[in-house]
Amino acid sequence: MTEPLLQIKGLSVDFRTDDGVVHAVTDVSLAVQPGEIVAIVGESGSGKTVTAMSVLRLLPKAAEVSADAIAFRGTDLRTLSAARLRAIRGGPVGMIFQDPMTALNPVMTIGGQVAEAVLLHQRRPDRKAAWRRAVELLGLVGVPDPAERVKQYPHEFSGGMRQRAMIAMAIANDPDLIIADEPTTALDVTIQAQVLALLRKAQAETGAATILITHDLGVVAELADRVVVMYAGRVVESAGVRELFAVPRHPYTKGLLASLPRMDLDVDQLDPIPGNPPNMAAPPAGCPFHPRCPLARDRCRTELPPLLEIGVGRSSACHFHDELAVTA
Amino acid sequence: MGAFLVRRLSINVLVFFLITIAVFALVHKTPGDPIAMQIPADQLNSGSADFIAQKRAELGLDRSLVVQYWHWLTNALHGDLGYSLLNGRPVTELLGERIGPTIELMGVGLLISLLIAFPLGILAARRRNSWLDYGATVVSLGSVSIPVFFVALIVIYVFTLKFQWFPSSGISDPTNPGLLDSLHHLVLPALILGFGNSGPFMRYVRSSMITELDADYVRTANAKGASPRRVVLRHAFRNSLIPVLTVIATNLPQLLAGAVVIEQVFAWPGMGQLAVSSVNQHDYSVIVGFALLIAIIVLLSNLLADVLYTVVDPRVRLR
Amino acid sequence: MTTTTLAAAPAGRSPTAAALRRFRKHPAAVVSVLFIALVVLAAIFARPLSGHDPNAIDLLSARTGPSGDHLLGTDSTGRDVLSRLLFAGRISLGVGIASAVIAVVVGTLLGSIAGLLGGWVDGLVMRLADVFMSFPSLVVIVVVAGILGPSVLTMVIAIGLFQWPVCGRIVRGVTLSLREQEFVLASRATGAGPLWLMRKHIIPAALPPVSVVATLAVAQAIALEATLSFLGLGVQPPASSWGNMLTDAQSLTVIRSEPWLWLSPGIAVALTVLAVNFVGDGLRDAVDPRSAS
Ligand SMILES: Nc1ncnc2c1ncn2[C@@H]1O[C@H](COP(=O)(O)OP(=O)(O)OP(=O)(O)O)[C@@H](O)[C@H]1O
Ligand code: SF4
Ligand SMILES: [Mg+2]
Repeated sequence: MTEPLLQIKGLSVDFRTDDGVVHAVTDVSLAVQPGEIVAIVGESGSGKTVTAMSVLRLLPKAAEVSADAIAFRGTDLRTLSAARLRAIRGGPVGMIFQDPMTALNPVMTIGGQVAEAVLLHQRRPDRKAAWRRAVELLGLVGVPDPAERVKQYPHEFSGGMRQRAMIAMAIANDPDLIIADEPTTALDVTIQAQVLALLRKAQAETGAATILITHDLGVVAELADRVVVMYAGRVVESAGVRELFAVPRHPYTKGLLASLPRMDLDVDQLDPIPGNPPNMAAPPAGCPFHPRCPLARDRCRTELPPLLEIGVGRSSACHFHDELAVTA
Repeated sequence: MGAFLVRRLSINVLVFFLITIAVFALVHKTPGDPIAMQIPADQLNSGSADFIAQKRAELGLDRSLVVQYWHWLTNALHGDLGYSLLNGRPVTELLGERIGPTIELMGVGLLISLLIAFPLGILAARRRNSWLDYGATVVSLGSVSIPVFFVALIVIYVFTLKFQWFPSSGISDPTNPGLLDSLHHLVLPALILGFGNSGPFMRYVRSSMITELDADYVRTANAKGASPRRVVLRHAFRNSLIPVLTVIATNLPQLLAGAVVIEQVFAWPGMGQLAVSSVNQHDYSVIVGFALLIAIIVLLSNLLADVLYTVVDPRVRLR
Repeated sequence: MTTTTLAAAPAGRSPTAAALRRFRKHPAAVVSVLFIALVVLAAIFARPLSGHDPNAIDLLSARTGPSGDHLLGTDSTGRDVLSRLLFAGRISLGVGIASAVIAVVVGTLLGSIAGLLGGWVDGLVMRLADVFMSFPSLVVIVVVAGILGPSVLTMVIAIGLFQWPVCGRIVRGVTLSLREQEFVLASRATGAGPLWLMRKHIIPAALPPVSVVATLAVAQAIALEATLSFLGLGVQPPASSWGNMLTDAQSLTVIRSEPWLWLSPGIAVALTVLAVNFVGDGLRDAVDPRSAS
């Protein structure tokens, strides 16, 4: 295998709050190969966003981040100087956020914001060229009449159009990696399909590897090469998309899939697995999933299952993953 | 935008009329004969009984209160605020020559308060809970807590009496007029006024900046690779201005309160000094004129706030 | 814009105890409480503490600096500055507290009426609040004092009337959010009157934020009283107030050669107002932890 484009090893993120220390992410490792689409799935609060934000050090100051490695093309992002990190942000790594209503600056024109993304990474800043490129990019992502609409403000754009503008900013500098955090969750169902199609097109054209955070297993099945399942701030299973859907090797993944009578339904809407995710300030001892796990037994209540390699390119953090392989 | 401004304007005009009624009620509470306020003193003294009765009828003083109010109001709106009981000069004229110095003092004072409030507020918001933030809080609490007149006395003691750097009285030195001299006289009063008003402004800037720095679009700007300076000034600050400018405009009349006191201490020939001396000398017609002027200033400040709001926020602005 | 109301304290620990703990983390606020206690005690025990009659004129020892007999010196008619200062404290604190009480009572009444009735009443009350807020109270009181003549009672009422809107808005916000809650709807269904609602629900819920604005109102009122008295429009001599003790200091000779005359009352009013403001600041962080961060 080639060197991974992005390598995260042993990432943990804590937040100190009034109610104690919240362990938002614990010991997460994941690698993204060039051109690959990796989906991160998991319930709300499982640490998907926090994981994604730690790559470019975008977490608020309150976050205490530790990691054995966060490397992009071999460059250690943990210790990179602020100036060199800025060259990577929005350059070779583009980001798309969940809520296009709030992710755009309300007092700056759409064109101004897209052009800014271009301008910040030009060798010799050229406003006119950046503006022309902004028009071109907006056309590329399917904003009709881009030459006119660049002059408009975010509130004059619909949700779908705003997310297109966000995508335009993310791909502005021909990135190698796109990190998309629930890019369609805030949109109407009909618009979701269009934006996903656009994302797929952008990915295909730029050849960028993509980390796609989503609740929507239908989207995962359709787009992803590989899936990382998170629960309570940890990776509980990771596998190729076919293998995972065919034979889930973790009870949590199994629960997620079993609750999918139709592929297009949202995980949250179904509330598939009885019970609630644990309080991250005081996670249960042993396997964090045991209070909700149908397979749980005594060992699970005391012993934390490590994430183990259980086959080629696949791993699971369940003491009894074998049993799942058999029953399937 | 049009509808918003029209609605705000009509509310303000309505409020203005209610206030004129309140002022008129006050006029009626004034001791003495109201006719004295509307006719120059010399005419009043030399005029025959017939002449005064005729004037009284002309002014509607023998008619109902409603008519009197209407008369008084239309005269006032035409700039006829009656005559000073003290020296017989028209009140409009008296107020008119005092507006300039007050605007000068308030304008420069406002500028100074913003020069203190914006940098401190932004820095405090960026370094929340640092010593700088606490320091800024103490400065702002000090500025609202220490009465302006006491600050003025200390400043006069130090900078006029001890160091003799700046004059402490008047707006200029008639023996040595000029721009430099004017500035020289302006320094102390404007600095004190500016400092006294910087506290609340700073707190608004700080809290507004804290809200904006936490906003999603700030994270987007960071993710694009913008520098901290650019994120703060281009993105967060521009947004924080929307509420802050509105607050500043609606607070303009509060600046006048500081000016009243400062004009008194520094013998600054503005409206505030005129008002206080008129109060002390029971020159009621001037007091009433001053009250109307205040109402107009409040009205204009509120309108300015509304207009600024529509100008800085593209979500309200006309395309 | 809607007024945000305070979230209920987390279950399991007493909200008062939690607020107290947060308040104690505020060193400036704690020191200020002690300082205010001292000022209040000094005002209460003004007579035994001063050892002089505040109004006793003694022209032979006029304008003398601090000495063993007159710790803070004497003024232009030989009155003891220290005893005038202590008695002035009574007036200043009294005016501050009385006007804050007026502001809170009027604000609570109008705020809950606006919140409970809603509709045009609410609109009217809120416009009224805007109007009062946009007028500079000092200037208006100068005008009123100019026409009605200076009087402490007029001043207290006027200061209180100009401070009600802040409290009124908070109480309205609390009332609006309570109106939506089930237990209030239920108690209304059983025929509970508005007065009962106010006593049982609105006042307890509004108390923490209102205590903050009431404290800040006391500070503002003390400063306003001092300023008005300084201008000669508040407390009239021979009664002393921190403000009118400085009125004499408007001449350069007094500023220069008799600093004891104006420094002590100036420092007294500045420190007292600062302390009350610090307490208000600490209270704000204590009752609303989110505003602290
Ligand atoms: N700034 C913060 N302060 C305190 N806790 C935080 C902060 N940001 C995130 N957390 C906590 O970290 C945990 C993980 O949050 P994260 O946003 O990564 O979840 P997520 O998987 O992205 O969920 P969602 O699907 O809802 O977006 C949550 O328990 C959250 O409460
Ligand atoms: S370790 Fe035990 S509790 Fe955890 S997922 Fe596996 S079976 Fe369930
Ligand atoms: Mg998320």
